[in-house]
Amino acid sequence: MKKSEYSGQLPPTYDKVIRHDIFPEPTHDETARFNFIASLNQHLAGVAAGNKIVYEKRLKPNFNKENGRDFENRHEVHRALKKDPYWKTWSALRRNTMEMRQQAGRSVVLRQIDELNEKAEILNKGKSTLQLNSEIKSPRYASAVDIHLQVGGYDTELVEGDISVGANYDSGIFVTTTGGVGPGIDGGGRAVATAVKQKFPDFKPKRILDVGCTIGHNVLPIAKAYPDAEVIAIDTGAPVLRYGHARAQALGVNNVTFIQADVENLDYEDGYFDWIQTTMFLHELSSKSIRKIMSELGRMLKPGGLLLQVEQPNYTPKMDLLEQAIRDWDCWYNNEPFWSKMHGMDTKEIMRMGGFKDEDYMEFQAAANTDNGDVTKPAKSVSEDYGREALWTVFGAWKS
Amino acid sequence: MKKLNVDYIADAGKKAKGKRPWFLDNPEVEKVLSITMAIAGELAVARERLDTLERILESKGIMNRDEIESFIPSENDANERQTWHAEYLARIMRIIQQDREALETAPDMNEAVEDLVKEFTEE
Repeated sequence: MKKSEYSGQLPPTYDKVIRHDIFPEPTHDETARFNFIASLNQHLAGVAAGNKIVYEKRLKPNFNKENGRDFENRHEVHRALKKDPYWKTWSALRRNTMEMRQQAGRSVVLRQIDELNEKAEILNKGKSTLQLNSEIKSPRYASAVDIHLQVGGYDTELVEGDISVGANYDSGIFVTTTGGVGPGIDGGGRAVATAVKQKFPDFKPKRILDVGCTIGHNVLPIAKAYPDAEVIAIDTGAPVLRYGHARAQALGVNNVTFIQADVENLDYEDGYFDWIQTTMFLHELSSKSIRKIMSELGRMLKPGGLLLQVEQPNYTPKMDLLEQAIRDWDCWYNNEPFWSKMHGMDTKEIMRMGGFKDEDYMEFQAAANTDNGDVTKPAKSVSEDYGREALWTVFGAWKS
Repeated sequence: MKKLNVDYIADAGKKAKGKRPWFLDNPEVEKVLSITMAIAGELAVARERLDTLERILESKGIMNRDEIESFIPSENDANERQTWHAEYLARIMRIIQQDREALETAPDMNEAVEDLVKEFTEE
């Protein structure tokens, strides 16, 4: 039978997600609810593909008739899309699905929050690998709205020692990516670790810094790939660090130190790290802070050291304007305020802000490297769900 | 460790910080869409639970799922089921039914209430 444009390869079921000791345990029906939302996401990727038809058949001819020219940039396309009934319906459904995912995750977490907080406290107690600092606050640009509709952002504490936002984050990534990031939700990190091992077999980093680690899901594969390295993972949010540290302990990864810190004010000496990594972090930064942070990363990296950044692809002149406009959806409608600006930047220019040279620039693609076995393979939809696909651009440089 | 006295039912559905965009021309319609999708989700959850139940019963040899496909209701069964369908439909289609009644009965309800008030109010 022909594969449906809407279901593609069926998403893996939620029971495939690794249940570590701190994982918010779902009931049968909560699992079913996640399965529904993952399938709905998959279906909506097929709905999204209809925007291409709208664009070719309605928007382009109409724009041309009114303006005597073609669309020139993604903002013009966005303005035209906003008036189209097909796009409106798709957007209303997509926004609503993001909200449903939040509700589903929070309802699992909050009904068992006391037990989860207690488990985290036991796993974290007396461990020097978790260092919190209550003076560190999330920057306003990151807390003014709840990023990707995650209620409470990364730092809300409902009670002292709370981990609820971290637990909610963990519970739902599998669903949002229709299983694309794999059962350990670490597809991004594993893609990077595998690529670095293959491309640079002689690279033996002693000190690794992961910036904006949230619950550490993407740094654990790197720490596992380099078990002798000292790995430091920083974030400004205490609840995600508490949860991330407890999660790492539960998964038996002990060479990562989770530190509550602001990357704009780190006191590591110049050239301290052999490898600095950011994963899906840059797009959450204001354009002012990108400049400052890049300069800090450049400072802390050792000459001969490696900086790599994982992101969704930036908008190059080669990228179709409709794709750019659809990728921008998350900026305007999924509380990712800096998404559009960041993805509109030239990645080489971002690297220059850290003092890196154009001739040292590198860029490659990395797909989620998930576990073997059919059901856990990334759910490749026939229609790509822009901004959700487990396929990333990795860019960076060796510091010369 | 402090216990958290959380209203998990209400808090699970808390609004994300930031202005919510509305996409459809009529926000009331978008709200109905949202409720409809949530109900679609709950139907899928109920369906999955039933599926689990059937598979467990089958694995224990209590039933064979082919029996469901070949099941033919007795006359009494059929009558009970069709009654259930009729009640169910009447319940969910109530607003349309009442719309029709309003078309059939004059004057409209607001006027009727006004007339009643007038009739039974002392000058």
